[in-house]
Amino acid sequence: MSYFSDIYNGVKTLLIGMSVTGKYFLTSRKGAITQQYPDNRETLKMFDRFRGEVIMPHDENNEHRCTGCQKCEIACPNGTIEIIWDRKINEETGKKKKVIDKFVYHLGLCTMCGLCIDVCPTDAIEWGQNFENSVFDRTYLTRVLNTPGSKLQPGVED
Amino acid sequence: MNIPLNITKTIHDWLFSIMPEGAASIVEMFIIALVYLGIFTVIGLFLVFLERRVSAWFQLRIGPNRVGYQGILQSLADALKLLSKELTGTVKADKFLYNLAPYFVIISALMALAVIPFTKEFHAFDINIGIFFLIAISSIGVIGILLGGWSSNNKFALIGAMRSGVQTISYELSIGLSLLTMILITGSLQLSEIVEVQKNGWLIVQGHIPAIIAFMIFMISGTAETNRAPFDMAEAESELGAGFHTEYSGMKFAYFFLAEFINMFIIAAIAATVFFGAWLSPFGITESLPWLGVFWFLGKTLSLVFLMMWFRWTFPRLRVDQLLTLEWKYLLPINLVNIIIMALIVWLNLTITF
Repeated sequence: MSYFSDIYNGVKTLLIGMSVTGKYFLTSRKGAITQQYPDNRETLKMFDRFRGEVIMPHDENNEHRCTGCQKCEIACPNGTIEIIWDRKINEETGKKKKVIDKFVYHLGLCTMCGLCIDVCPTDAIEWGQNFENSVFDRTYLTRVLNTPGSKLQPGVED
Repeated sequence: MNIPLNITKTIHDWLFSIMPEGAASIVEMFIIALVYLGIFTVIGLFLVFLERRVSAWFQLRIGPNRVGYQGILQSLADALKLLSKELTGTVKADKFLYNLAPYFVIISALMALAVIPFTKEFHAFDINIGIFFLIAISSIGVIGILLGGWSSNNKFALIGAMRSGVQTISYELSIGLSLLTMILITGSLQLSEIVEVQKNGWLIVQGHIPAIIAFMIFMISGTAETNRAPFDMAEAESELGAGFHTEYSGMKFAYFFLAEFINMFIIAAIAATVFFGAWLSPFGITESLPWLGVFWFLGKTLSLVFLMMWFRWTFPRLRVDQLLTLEWKYLLPINLVNIIIMALIVWLNLTITF
């Protein structure tokens, strides 16, 4: 008698499937995941885990968290990150300390693997949400992530 | 030369008043052919657009919404693009058959369209074996597919065409038998008389349980007959490229594509005619306005077309053996038993009529 139960189960499961897709059909107007991109450029917000580019956040005193340890430069498989650093005398303690001059980031080489961000001990760099990266000359893809005149946030090295 | 063409009496009378009888009927047939070509194109393009929007909504996308209001001209733009494309082909193709195949497909679809009753008046060719004609014509379309697959000289196209042949020949039986079940009630193959019978209630109500079973079988085998998913092994994209029309480009490809959608419309139109009363309004609410029949007919047909699209975007594709098991082990025996039940119901006068 499995013949008739096969028919019954077949029809039942097909109807369950159709009800599932039917629900999606009815709610699709509100829940559509498609972004109509150039139209909603102002309101478009990328999702949290989007890997657009590597950025270095600065606080309001123009201070970043990069100690210049170069772990990211070593971790990067493509040579995307170059840290130009110098030893400067710390005014408070009078000791020589390693300080970054330029954090150079070649976006054209980056594969967005995220190893630099994983390896950073002070969370100085993180993922940016920007995705409009097209430029007319590839020299524009080389970026300096720390702003001019920025310095290390106090207390990061402690 | 006196085929009952009763679309518009005024044009008919006017033509016969200014021309000799033979010339007038030829001109009239020509006009009607042009009108049906227009309907064919408009319905085909609209269904392509509808399919794209509906599939987008099923998949939580938006779909084409840029060209015209809500993207309604999108498929027209696509057709213009295809029209301007180069017609390529394989070197070793059988040129004659290769060029002939799209016309077989499209002519069979057009011929089937002629029999469909849009309303009482708008019914080009009310032949007394209407249903039989439709079943016969819809199986001629497979010749075009087989020719296309064979003459392309491409193994994937050939496999696709052969699968299509297997499928269409098997499911032809179910289509015929499920329509035969309903013909037991109407007692006529003529489509206008089938509609006439349904003034006492649509056939799916009159025939109740066996009619519903017949309707389900008809929709399943109709989907298979038009080579649509879940029965789209003839053009299974993941296995065969595009199946039988792999080697076609430009307008020839567009003919296959349009014919596929017209076939879907025809299957839905047959179902609407035989099961849901064609142009009859529910409970006769607009009987005083006969021209609204087109609206009711298209409404019923498009909702059935939507049902077929719903199938397509819900179910996964069947294997060949599963396809044949479904037909020969399930649909066919159920159908034969269903005919006997329906015969008993008609004999014992158990049909529900208002």
